[in-house]
Amino acid sequence: MAEASSLAQKIIARAAGLASVRVGEIVTCQVDLAMFHDSSGPRRLKPMLEELGSQIWDKSKVVLVMDHYVPERDDAARKIVRLARDWAAEQKLPHVYDSQGICHVVVAQHGHVRPGMLCVGGDSHSPTGGAFGAYMFGIGSTEMLGVVVTGEIWLRVPQTIAMHWSGTLASGVCAKDMMLCMIQRFGMNGANYQALEFTGSAVRALSMPERMTLCNMGAEMGAQSALVAPDGVTRQWLDQTGAVQDLAALDWTALQSDPGSFDAQHDFDASTLSPQLAAPHSPAHGVAIADHAATRIDIAYIGACTGAKLDDLRFAAQVLKGRKVAAGVQLLVAPASLRDKAQAEMEGTLQVLTDAGATVLPSACGACAGYGDSFAGGKTVISSTARNFKGRMGPPDTQVFLGSAYTVAASALRGYITDPRTVMP
Amino acid sequence: MSQFDPTPTVWHKVWRLGDDVDTDALAPGAYMQHGIEVIGQHCLEHLLPAFAQEVRPGDVILAGRNFGIGSSREQAAAVLVHLGVAAVIAPSYGGLFFRNAFNLGLVLLTCSQLDALKDEEQVCLVEPDLSLRTKSGVQLPCEPVPEFLLQMARAGGLLASLKQRRLHCHCVPGSGPGFQHPQSSGGAAMDPGSSPG
Repeated sequence: MAEASSLAQKIIARAAGLASVRVGEIVTCQVDLAMFHDSSGPRRLKPMLEELGSQIWDKSKVVLVMDHYVPERDDAARKIVRLARDWAAEQKLPHVYDSQGICHVVVAQHGHVRPGMLCVGGDSHSPTGGAFGAYMFGIGSTEMLGVVVTGEIWLRVPQTIAMHWSGTLASGVCAKDMMLCMIQRFGMNGANYQALEFTGSAVRALSMPERMTLCNMGAEMGAQSALVAPDGVTRQWLDQTGAVQDLAALDWTALQSDPGSFDAQHDFDASTLSPQLAAPHSPAHGVAIADHAATRIDIAYIGACTGAKLDDLRFAAQVLKGRKVAAGVQLLVAPASLRDKAQAEMEGTLQVLTDAGATVLPSACGACAGYGDSFAGGKTVISSTARNFKGRMGPPDTQVFLGSAYTVAASALRGYITDPRTVMP
Repeated sequence: MSQFDPTPTVWHKVWRLGDDVDTDALAPGAYMQHGIEVIGQHCLEHLLPAFAQEVRPGDVILAGRNFGIGSSREQAAAVLVHLGVAAVIAPSYGGLFFRNAFNLGLVLLTCSQLDALKDEEQVCLVEPDLSLRTKSGVQLPCEPVPEFLLQMARAGGLLASLKQRRLHCHCVPGSGPGFQHPQSSGGAAMDPGSSPG
């Protein structure tokens, strides 16, 4: 009888052209999707491709997203973005999303990531794609060059570690809290570059954007990839994108981990989870919200691929409906994509936020990437983003706390770090 | 090109860093719009202010756990190559940084017993297993690095390997990676970013 295989192993084996793969084995995989952005992509790939005299192996499998340096704030950014646009035109790339939102959200919303695919992204938050039951991981620009030229990449077959969440999340608690809880427990590199798979009733109950938040911050746990096996929720989302023609052809039952295929399993009870907070300067620096009830904030930031998708905007609106943010607090909202922003506008979510005093920023990486749009020094920030490294989102004396969009909104409302459950209507 | 020189008589000056040195400390976001020369002037500026000015080709970094966690920006590894760092030695690495380093010609060695080196100012890297030796005679083993990664780093990284491959055959597109690696590493291959325990 064949050995039990996890979903990650099945995807890798298929991409490597093998019947099965063992943990620890080094294999070469065919890449189904290569995604990169204005910072990691053209400005680095173009000169290397020219130096090599090589061509892109398959343009239909390449997606370029302009999200890090848009909107262009200075000449240096203009130069980087212009190079990306010119190169995309010259190469006649079929899939280019310019200023449409953040890459991980945009590729998903346009149906580029589908169950069973092996994908690479030129960005560390690429495990986001695992929410769709794909094996997606981040790589650097030079490695992306290798992919773009050969269509292949090596990888060492990882262990699959199950993070099993039973129970039901309470009101005011969400995927971001689950992830901060896991990072606090296992540390910034606790996943040791293995694959995570999120399982259990609390995971099944999550929407696709919430599953994306879970997988997204697999990066903060040091996982190579983070997956949720595809189910009806996945299928419905993919149906709605309209970009996928061959859903019926997918063998959904095969795209699951076999019983006994996990190398380890850790159990969590979603029902007892409270809103989580990470203090400066690490996502693993978990602290109790109650211990920071006297921490005054200057800026409340709802942004990034991690924390400004449609669900996050709705969470914040639930807290802020009919209310105003505290005097002296700046609430900044940068919806993760134009599509999320449009939906939030249509349903009135965005209006709730602006009525509360929010400033809506462009749908781009913005302050999260720290590539120019960072916060002033000395500020205390609460943010729905993924990383609060010292000096990332502002000068080294900028204090960044991480929480869910609920917690960011509640803190904006009171002006102090606040447990959203204490202010939810 | 890689500054890596495994000749046993070459002593490398040591720079020390603690746990969890992230990519944003190595290549700060505010300078990412610039070239590697500018990023190099700001490398580790908040953790080790003298480093960028005083590091010399051939120096090595002895760091704590989880070196290079964070972003995919390969400038975090490229900047160390640019500054001439010969190798980084740490108990564990961010997995993405690990791949980036070898792709750019920077050798990372994984050693879990670095406490034994806490007073050493210089180390040398001994072939064939790339163990560490100190002037006081201490010898520490490092975890084995997969041969294809070492070869690639010594050739100057992935781009150099792809170039060599283009020179030697006319079959680059769709015919395999730019270097040879065993189909299976068995149990001996290093687990990028691993640390015992």
